[in-house]
Amino acid sequence: MIITLTPHREDASRRGWQYRLHLDAPLLFTLIAVAAFGLIVLYSAGGGDISLIERQLVRLGIAFTCMLLVAQLSPVTLQRLTPWLFVLGVLLLLAVLIRGEISGGAQRWLNLYIVRFQPSEMMKLAVPMMVAWYLADNRLPPNRWQLLASATLIAVPMLMIAKQPDLGTALLIACSGFFVVFLAGLQWRLLAFFTVLLAAAAPVLWHFMHEYQRQRVITFLSPETDPLGSGYHIIQSKIAIGSGGLLGKGWLNGTQSQLDFLPERSTDFIFAVLGEEFGFFGILILFALYTTIVVRGIMITIQAQDTYTRLLAGSLSMTFCVYFIVNTGMVTGMLPVVGLPLPMISYGGTSIVTLMTGFGILMSIQTHRKLLAT
Amino acid sequence: MARQITLKDHFFESRLVMNRAILLLVGGGILLAALLARLLYLQVYAHEHFTTLSEDNRVKLQAIAPNRGLIYDRNGILLAENLPSYRLEITPEQIDDMDATLAALGEIIEIRDSDLSRFEKLRKRKTRFEAVPLRFHLSDDEVARFSVNRHRFPGVDIAAGLARHYPQGSLAVHALGYVGRIDEKALQELDSSNYRGTTHIGKIGIEKTYESVLHGQVGFQHVETTAQGRVIRVLSRTPPVSGRNLYLTIDSRVQAAAEQAFGDHTGSAIAIDPNNGDILAFVSLPTYDPNPFVNGIEYDDYAALRNDDRQPLFNRALRGQYPPGSTIKPFIGLAGLEQGVTTSHSSTYCPGFYSLPGNSRKFRDWKHTGHGTVDLNKAIVQSCDVYFYDLALSLGIDRMHSYLQNFGFGNASGIDILGELPGLLPSRSWKRARHDQPWFPGETIITGIGQGFFLVTPVQLATATAALANGGRLLQPNIVHAEQESNRNDLLPHRPRIRDTISVIDQQHWDDIIKAMTDVVHSARGTARRIGEDSPYKIAGKTGTAQVYGLKQEEKYDAESIPEELRDHALFIAFAPVEAPQIAVAVIIEHGGGGGSIAAPIARAIIDAYLQESPP
Repeated sequence: MIITLTPHREDASRRGWQYRLHLDAPLLFTLIAVAAFGLIVLYSAGGGDISLIERQLVRLGIAFTCMLLVAQLSPVTLQRLTPWLFVLGVLLLLAVLIRGEISGGAQRWLNLYIVRFQPSEMMKLAVPMMVAWYLADNRLPPNRWQLLASATLIAVPMLMIAKQPDLGTALLIACSGFFVVFLAGLQWRLLAFFTVLLAAAAPVLWHFMHEYQRQRVITFLSPETDPLGSGYHIIQSKIAIGSGGLLGKGWLNGTQSQLDFLPERSTDFIFAVLGEEFGFFGILILFALYTTIVVRGIMITIQAQDTYTRLLAGSLSMTFCVYFIVNTGMVTGMLPVVGLPLPMISYGGTSIVTLMTGFGILMSIQTHRKLLAT
Repeated sequence: MARQITLKDHFFESRLVMNRAILLLVGGGILLAALLARLLYLQVYAHEHFTTLSEDNRVKLQAIAPNRGLIYDRNGILLAENLPSYRLEITPEQIDDMDATLAALGEIIEIRDSDLSRFEKLRKRKTRFEAVPLRFHLSDDEVARFSVNRHRFPGVDIAAGLARHYPQGSLAVHALGYVGRIDEKALQELDSSNYRGTTHIGKIGIEKTYESVLHGQVGFQHVETTAQGRVIRVLSRTPPVSGRNLYLTIDSRVQAAAEQAFGDHTGSAIAIDPNNGDILAFVSLPTYDPNPFVNGIEYDDYAALRNDDRQPLFNRALRGQYPPGSTIKPFIGLAGLEQGVTTSHSSTYCPGFYSLPGNSRKFRDWKHTGHGTVDLNKAIVQSCDVYFYDLALSLGIDRMHSYLQNFGFGNASGIDILGELPGLLPSRSWKRARHDQPWFPGETIITGIGQGFFLVTPVQLATATAALANGGRLLQPNIVHAEQESNRNDLLPHRPRIRDTISVIDQQHWDDIIKAMTDVVHSARGTARRIGEDSPYKIAGKTGTAQVYGLKQEEKYDAESIPEELRDHALFIAFAPVEAPQIAVAVIIEHGGGGGSIAAPIARAIIDAYLQESPP
């Protein structure tokens, strides 16, 4: 079977403004919808503090600008930049470990004098890009040596970030790397083998965990053992969500949120505010928007034209999916508290910029396709 | 060829990645479904449960302690009030380093070790979210100094409250009593719902006896609070009902005059209105200041009070049991007359001693030379012992016992202060039960002059005197004159209660006894003539001297064995004016010596204070 490739120069005027700006309309509008919803929830979670909203708007502005800029770069350019970006990222992580700033008990920040910079955020993109770059160079599925090399590419930055310590980000990075390998055709037998290996390694991991990380796991397993200490977050967020019911208590009317019972309510636990004030239906709306983003990402993956962009697009989409499922799972008490914000909605952090940059890459992949004629 | 392989790989890879991507999407879908199931569980299935928890979180039921009733004397002079008081409270939950916080606080506000130990004790009884008091009664200076530094102490706050205060200090403290913090033991006996929010309770005296009246009814409010317990708004409120104010029968001017008249003497005095049983003065000396007890007295100060030989904490008026001595003679004399054993005109010869027929043992008169021929009047006026030895023997213990019982001896008077002791009026059956011995005639003889087993409390003695003064009405002494609902002006008076009416067989008998008692004060040979000389009104009285060893009931009477260093108790009973008695008094001075010289002037001072300064 022979497929002839007849590349056209795409006619920009024919394919509309999205292609001129290299934006994907379905993705863009869904993202805007999530951001808008997020601002409404944040206004309530912040206790009606308008300056909080202003700062979040500025952050969203920066994030969407980053998305727009990255979307202009062609996937070929991204692919060419990938190894340099990865090496730079690892060096910066090293710098953080050696002389980073300590903030909130963790060493994550690098003071670049102009902005404080979190290299681990950059690695959220650099790691899947690097693994995709490496695997796309070879034939799929990867052989054992290539798998080992990929594992190293994932493990080195991941361990450096876990050491900071930032378990949530390390986990996300591991996920994004894993997704690339899985998409590249990781053999099921090996997958089963690694799963067993991971389960066996759990006690060892436990040994290397920080005390507060262990505490989180214990708290997750039985939050009621310490209702006023570390279990408090989970208990209060479950009360908030549960008392919200189907329709919620109404915007600005969540007693758990407004009366301070819910800790971290504008950051990691903002989902509980949404659950309390907008109820199950409010959550359904958010999930529908999130699902749209993920499904659109997978569509872009499937339509992508080369292995590198496919692997990268798939990984970015699924990492986003993991992102919101881990956060909501943690807030509803299904998963241990790992300290991940609710994407696009939680206040603060550079994570929103990284996230939107990732969507910029997806849009670049989607809009730089060459038309195929069969 | 190579190009063809690449193309084939490309197709294969595209299919591979697509399949895998779809697999991942399905996997994500499964996780999402699990999440939705979880949310359905939380928000639909367990919704009511979490709604309840959320309401519990939000709405707290707070108890509002009622204001304790005030206590006034009969003229409206304040004896116990509630003063605004500032205390320093710490909420342990909001403190990271308690030791450092306490140390830093100690630099701006004086914190003693006793404050710290009390703080630790209280802290154990409360949850971490509840504020625990560290210091009470902050001065204005301390409040100001803390307020300036408040920002340095999150979790430390000044709370305003009302604290019991006794503006008259030690005045009438043995009647008034005091409040103190509710302790573990008291907590179990209380109606815990009514005492939610109450920190203090009457510990002793009227404060304890009238606890239920003074306390009032607790109020409640539903409040919406933040997680820190800060009240956002009050949702509903049931106001507390303040305790009732009490107006005591005590006249604080008479009380003060009485306490002053005692000087440094240890003892007790009770003044009573013979018309209605109102206690006009309730003296037990030495006294102490009740104010330090309100928030827990310092250990050293308490030890000093406890170990004081003069026992200031001992309520002598209520619990001091003394031999009545010669003050019992008018009652014995009346018994003799009313029972027909003797008459006012029959007389006995007093050689200075008395002995039972066929027994060589002598019962001595206080006057060794004897009083010569004495009738009842002279026997009372000069306090002849021999006359009463003889009369007692003629009456016999049974008749003496039953007649004296009419005057309330041997039974608690029923005064409305808890803790009263009943004294002891001996009888055959009592002796059989208590000592498993028969009654001996010698014991009858000394009972006739108020010695031996016979014990009375000052309250009993005053009540009996009042019954003598009012012609036979045995009143229940009462210390509370009226109650008053808070925010109301009208008083709810306590009615006087008559315990018993002593049947008067012949009014002349009573008049003769009272005439004799009047002569004690106003005749030339009367034992208390010194207080009668300048008295503007007629006083009827009787002196008494009680031997100290008599407190030990088990000892057999033997005049020779009295240790000399133990001086006698001085007693005096009186009422005035004789024509229309308004006040009856009983005074006991421990180790005071003679009743006429020491106790009678104090009784006179009390009577003067009442009749002259506060004319009815």
